[in-house]
Amino acid sequence: MLKSRLFWPILVLVIILAINLFVDPGFFKVEVKNGHLTGSLVDIVNRGAPLILISIGMTLVIATKGIDLGVGSVVAMSGAMAAMTIGQSMASDTSLTPLFIAIAAALGLSLAAGLWNGLLVSRIGIQPIVATLILMVAGRGIAQLITNGQITTIYYEPYSFIGGGYLLTIPFSVYLVAAVLAIALFMTKKTALGLFIQSVGSNPEASRLAGINSKNIILLVYVFSGFCAGVGGLILSSNVASADGNNAGLWFELDAILAVVIGGTSLMGGRFFLMGSVIGALIIQSLTTTIYSIGIPPETNLLVKAIVVIIVCLLQSSEFRQKVLRPRTRKPLKKEPENSSNEQEVKIS
Amino acid sequence: MARRLKSVGLLLIMSLVLVLAACSSASKEGNASTGEGGGGSSGDKLVIGFSQVGAESEWRTANTESIKSAITDAGHELKFSDAQQKQENQIKAIRSFIAQKVDAIVFSPVVETGFETVLKEAKDAGIPVFLADRAVDIEDDSLWVTFLGSDFVEEGRKAANWLAEEMEGVEGDINIVELQGTVGSAPAIDRKEGFEEVMAEHPNFKIIKSQSGDFTRAKGKEVMEAFLKSEGENIDVLYSHNDDMAIGAIQAIEEYGLKPGEDIKVIGVDAVKGAFEAMAAGKMNVTVECNPLFGPQLVDLIEAHAAGETLEKRISVKESIYTMDQAEELLPTRKY
Repeated sequence: MLKSRLFWPILVLVIILAINLFVDPGFFKVEVKNGHLTGSLVDIVNRGAPLILISIGMTLVIATKGIDLGVGSVVAMSGAMAAMTIGQSMASDTSLTPLFIAIAAALGLSLAAGLWNGLLVSRIGIQPIVATLILMVAGRGIAQLITNGQITTIYYEPYSFIGGGYLLTIPFSVYLVAAVLAIALFMTKKTALGLFIQSVGSNPEASRLAGINSKNIILLVYVFSGFCAGVGGLILSSNVASADGNNAGLWFELDAILAVVIGGTSLMGGRFFLMGSVIGALIIQSLTTTIYSIGIPPETNLLVKAIVVIIVCLLQSSEFRQKVLRPRTRKPLKKEPENSSNEQEVKIS
Repeated sequence: MARRLKSVGLLLIMSLVLVLAACSSASKEGNASTGEGGGGSSGDKLVIGFSQVGAESEWRTANTESIKSAITDAGHELKFSDAQQKQENQIKAIRSFIAQKVDAIVFSPVVETGFETVLKEAKDAGIPVFLADRAVDIEDDSLWVTFLGSDFVEEGRKAANWLAEEMEGVEGDINIVELQGTVGSAPAIDRKEGFEEVMAEHPNFKIIKSQSGDFTRAKGKEVMEAFLKSEGENIDVLYSHNDDMAIGAIQAIEEYGLKPGEDIKVIGVDAVKGAFEAMAAGKMNVTVECNPLFGPQLVDLIEAHAAGETLEKRISVKESIYTMDQAEELLPTRKY
């Protein structure tokens, strides 16, 4: 169990949730209210849904030694696109046609954004951080253009189901996350795709020589990341029934990268841990909710977050754990001759 | 080869789309800046140069329109320049106003610092400068005539005063939750300060939770959800530093199963259109105005200065407060 990559992230998540237990005993209370499951735990999953989705996409991108800085802007673009297509559909309009047109338009734009990133990286050969930086800046501009730089309110009722609706007492966004996660897990575990992604991340040239179409694999992960961000954007804008080109998904790219790193995936590419990223995203969201509910003054929010992130990252480092957490095993090692101590370290790491 | 050509073609199309997008936004701003001249000229027609920050929000757009139309409606000549959030554009614009020997310069500084030199040039040329909405951080206050802008502290006081009136005669503690603006921003600091100043006179007013919602709907809703989970029915009043956060919080309150406006009184600031819609629906109680439509007041000040009157260095914009029962009537007249 200790050897599992997921052990430390899960431990941190449990600790964060446990802190709430002392401050607010009602924190873990989950009850059915008006046919909806409510409670802080439900809120964490519900509010964390967009970040979890984006982290899933980001994990695969990072596994190919890439990075996608454009996801936050894609979130804004997706919401803006949906709001624009729905346009003046009124609250009284109950037909579902505008809903599906809006979803198709928003996801279409997100896929196009992912395709753009993928083409720049895989076909033109621009470094991922530079290529996706373009969309990070330009995408927010496009989103503002779509919404005319204003916060567009959506009065059309069915739209708010995506991010605010409930199916069988559970928030609908949870199903979306589960579906996307299931697809990602299936594609990477049950097909060769997961292996291809790891292989391309470790060495794209060698993978190409081995017969893997590296370029298309890279293109695919960026398109998938765009799709995840698009769904995230729909959830986010639907939840507040409005599109905000300026602020929707602001800094999400950084939160997603953080979630991936907390989850144990290395930024150097290669092996990746989808479940780790999901837990990483849950840690970030639990931390945010905890800060709100235990009443930490807003001025110190970022400091608290920073401290927790540092602790998680230190715990993730096996070198740090070896040096600090187990001083007893280290001492006797020192007395022994050089050779055997080396052997010991290799085993532990 | 054919494949490469295909992908290059695709890229070209994509970049074309981006360029087109950029063009259409540029032309929009171009339109906005052609507001020169016009209007029937009266005896003391002034030429007024106006350098605006940019067009970053509805509020700003309404502000620009108000000042521009107030100047031309009063029969003065307007020279308008949009700085597009860049200080160098603004300095260039002020220099060109000086070169054109305008009678007065109005400007909303992009940033607080770095305007000493160009303002000195204006002073040496004998052109009075009026600051609109935003202040500059310069020691020598002889460089400008007056600063006309919203008084955020007063807005906080107004919110608290309304609550004090509303809650008059209510026994026992009144539990307030506060949604603050972006940490460190002037409106967040001042609206909090003004509210707390009045609250100090009412010992039964208690702020039980206070957290930043970054002035956005999504954050306002998320924070309010957490407040409701930990405090629930204890909450009597929500004080939000802007209307957008209040609108998000209203959704959270409804989803929690309480009635916003009744079970929890909702106070917002800004008086944007969305707040009037919420108030007309009975979900919000009051919004304190943060008025961008101070063009006429500004023109009055410029005319008074030209007539030789001395003005205070700091003048607050005339602002009011709107309650639920006025909302339905006023909703169609709201410009922003």
